[in-house]
Amino acid sequence: MNSAIEIDHLQVSRGGTPVLRGVTAKVPPGEVAGLLGPSGCGKTTLMRAVVGVQKVASGTVNVLGLPAGSPALRPRVGYVTQAPSVYADLTIQENLRYFARVLNAPAVRVDEVLAAVDLARSGSRLVGTLSGGQRSRVSLAAVLLGRPELLVLDEPTVGLDPVLRRDLWGLFHRLADDGATLLVSSHVMDEAARCDSLLLMREGELIAQTTPDELRAQTGEREMDAAFLKLIEGSAQ
Amino acid sequence: MSARITAATALRVLQQIRHDPRTIALLLVVPAALLWLLHELLGDLAFDRLGAPMLGIFPFISMFLVTSIAMLRERTSGTLERLMTMPLAKIDLLAGYGIAFALLAAIQGLITSAVAFAFLGLDSAGEPGLIVLLAVIDAVLGSSLGLLASAFAATEFQAVQFMPAFVLPQILLCGLLIPREQMSDWLEAVASVLPLTFAFEALDAVSVDGADLSGVIDEIAVLAGMIAVAIALAALTLRRRTA
Repeated sequence: MNSAIEIDHLQVSRGGTPVLRGVTAKVPPGEVAGLLGPSGCGKTTLMRAVVGVQKVASGTVNVLGLPAGSPALRPRVGYVTQAPSVYADLTIQENLRYFARVLNAPAVRVDEVLAAVDLARSGSRLVGTLSGGQRSRVSLAAVLLGRPELLVLDEPTVGLDPVLRRDLWGLFHRLADDGATLLVSSHVMDEAARCDSLLLMREGELIAQTTPDELRAQTGEREMDAAFLKLIEGSAQ
Repeated sequence: MSARITAATALRVLQQIRHDPRTIALLLVVPAALLWLLHELLGDLAFDRLGAPMLGIFPFISMFLVTSIAMLRERTSGTLERLMTMPLAKIDLLAGYGIAFALLAAIQGLITSAVAFAFLGLDSAGEPGLIVLLAVIDAVLGSSLGLLASAFAATEFQAVQFMPAFVLPQILLCGLLIPREQMSDWLEAVASVLPLTFAFEALDAVSVDGADLSGVIDEIAVLAGMIAVAIALAALTLRRRTA
């Protein structure tokens, strides 16, 4: 397997409007790949296609060597949606114990993943009483239970304080060091610097597949925000 | 299908309800209170005629409502989408819901029946235990129709409106208000395929005519078949891949 994710001429329309206009990209295994671009550019749709929950108009998406959405991939791919998808009327532990049973993960994993997202001491709290950032960490913890080979994370660090953001990016890189592949979206360009590779999107198109260093060299900008702007202006000419 | 995941789902649904004591209280107390009200309204004689069918109809209504809202929440909270990306069969999820609400319905049915027989003096020609069994089957029927109905509701407002849309016509036509034989031909034809008609006729046969299990086994078989069809149709409405 050369690539963890292989996307070929992917087109998706929603309500007659094209959302993805022929995206082609590859993500090598064991990397933290950043999917960046302004909100509404099609990041979530691309991630849904990778997970296999998105109806596509044309093109192919292969994940870990199999067509996206294959039943055999369900234990191997983990997806965290942008809105935290956990049960507000259960405690953190009840949520995670349920997902652990569904994933057939051992019960000790619940404590491990809670520690990984820095919620070890809050396990008995009701999810409905948590802050938005805490809820999204519970949602992230749930996906870690089954040790998936590919993690697709839709804006996992939105609304978190800088310390926690740094810690989570540290966690992402540890997971990649252990062999997992991560596709992480963000609309905050300064997070691009934390990724191994970058997929830059705009208006349903992939405008560049690059690395943070290459992007800086190509544009001559130090700041990711400025580099992205320069890239867009360059591609518009 | 996985017994592990089905059991885990049933446990999870029950845990969610346990965190909502007011819903538990309403589920367990309201049907018994309504039966008492009916008894006060009708007096002993007419209560013997209507009390037993009501033991089936109240859990049918309340389980329909609770299940359709619970399933709708699963759809709108994003947890359904998460589960659909996991190694879980659709039937595991639906069966888990069915089992959880059947347990709740059994408790509700036992409390309501105990109140009806012990305190309100309900007289049944047939076995009271059989009436409790039919009440639980009606509750499971309500749950399975609720699972199906939730597929057609995008909001909680719509889900609540499905109660009058799905349930009230069945109550009007089941034979409770007017015996089926006295209905016009087309209404009788409609009534004869509605699930609640079979539920009412079984309860009526036991409480009034003293039928035993073998006397209502046909109705129970039809109800079980309808529950299976409703859950199978509900499974078809769960989509792993959406637009």
